[in-house]
Amino acid sequence: MSIHDFLISPAEASKRTGPHDRIVMSSRVRLARNLTGLAFPGWAKKTERVKSLGVIRPAVETLPQMADHFADAMDNLSQLEKQILVERHLISREHAAKSAGSGLVLNREETISVMINEEDHLRMQALRPGLQLKHAWQAIDEVDSQLEKVLPYAYSQELGYLTACPTNLGTGIRVSAMLHLPGLVLSEQINQIITAVTKLGHAVRGLYGEGTEALGNIFQVSNQMTLGESETDILDRINKVLQQIIEHEENARATLVEKKPKVVFNHIGRAYGILANAHSISSKETMNLLSLMRLGIDLALFPGIERALVDELFLTTQPFHLQKLFGDKLAPEERDLRRADMLRERLQDVKRPNYKNVVPPPMTE
Amino acid sequence: MLCDVCKQIEAKVHLTQIVEGVTKKIDLCEACSKAKGVDDPTGFSLADLLLGLGAAQDATPAVAEETSQVTCPQCGFSHADFKKSGRLGCAACYETFADSLGSLLKSMHKGTRHVGKVPQAQKQTRDYSAALKALHQKLDQAIAAENFEQAAILRDEIKVAKHKLSENAPT
Ligand SMILES: [Zn+2]
Ligand SMILES: [Zn+2]
Repeated sequence: MSIHDFLISPAEASKRTGPHDRIVMSSRVRLARNLTGLAFPGWAKKTERVKSLGVIRPAVETLPQMADHFADAMDNLSQLEKQILVERHLISREHAAKSAGSGLVLNREETISVMINEEDHLRMQALRPGLQLKHAWQAIDEVDSQLEKVLPYAYSQELGYLTACPTNLGTGIRVSAMLHLPGLVLSEQINQIITAVTKLGHAVRGLYGEGTEALGNIFQVSNQMTLGESETDILDRINKVLQQIIEHEENARATLVEKKPKVVFNHIGRAYGILANAHSISSKETMNLLSLMRLGIDLALFPGIERALVDELFLTTQPFHLQKLFGDKLAPEERDLRRADMLRERLQDVKRPNYKNVVPPPMTE
Repeated sequence: MLCDVCKQIEAKVHLTQIVEGVTKKIDLCEACSKAKGVDDPTGFSLADLLLGLGAAQDATPAVAEETSQVTCPQCGFSHADFKKSGRLGCAACYETFADSLGSLLKSMHKGTRHVGKVPQAQKQTRDYSAALKALHQKLDQAIAAENFEQAAILRDEIKVAKHKLSENAPT
């Protein structure tokens, strides 16, 4: 079965719900593990990587958690297939660049993805919609406990799990949440929040775009330190930070609606106007405007329209999802036309925003 | 150019910020830039970063010269390779380059000792070796007390414990 046939459709995938999913789009916990006695993938020769893939892949494929799964070597996947997986957040950009000697095992629900021979021999991650870091941790902890029975991990009493990069040493854990923060961006509080969160030892970055850009007002918050702190302490610490960001975002939205309704409604109304009527639109503009529509849905300006519609469009208007849908390689200009066609069609039944209907989020102290 | 924080790895991130009218510059390796959270230049203050540079700064330059010659006996990775990529060659590299990694780990993590998950086999190995050590002590005492009957029993128990330990060793 090809990965295209295996993957859950964007419409279905966008319907997944979880706690706080107005703001927290998804939660992820990733563990880095290596095998003892073998060079790390970045230093290993191709023949060694092919050999270790041959040992690791069957061990992962026979896990009870992976009963129904997709597995393949990265050199068997086309560029398009790999990039679709990146756009779905199922593999890293780095992994998409790998070929012979690297592989992927993905479970049916797309909640567990194991990258083999990325920067480490194993990069396994659990994904959950909304804010569910504890659940994600439990899921991947179980996978790891199964694998340690059959794979000899590189582990030291002193330094913990040994990883290719010293930044992952110890627990090898990277906990992250994908956040939609239009309120903090519109109220120009986002830089303050980023500074505060960074000072607490966490990283904040725009998930899409280069450098300081955060297209679609989507940010990723993750832990930086992996050594000298237990997994549960790391989870508790980041959970506290996320609760605070959620609170600040809700307050920012409430304040905007109360103090600057015209500014908010202007942004949302224009976003709707362009998305529903444009005949050519770039991926960048689409993401930024969809973010505003998502905010409009959260504020109840689009009665009867589900957040899932925006989340689905967010995915299907990405360059490689678009390319897959329309076949062949589209030139960028061609892509912008198709993207606009798709948006107009999908939004034709969405009525203009109803400002009288606005429901501001409750303010918290 | 070497990283301003760890003084060990080739700098790949170059930042300039104007702090109170004075232009400040800093050059960081990938790992340190991640550890300091400066992937996103809006999210940090260069002034804070420069202030915090004290500890690791003075320690390393002297050792750096000689350690760059060291090569990992297990995988052939050199300290110069580490400087270039910020990655290590294999698990044994952590022992090979232990001296120069110390200050680096201190600057990027909360502590320098692992306090998280322990693989089950490691836990058992730890328990079995503790049990074995206790048996050896008892045996010494029994011999000292010339209790040879007891000593014979203990020797059998030690044999079993040793067997368990070797069976449990990761393959
Ligand atoms: Zn550095
Ligand atoms: Zn090595």
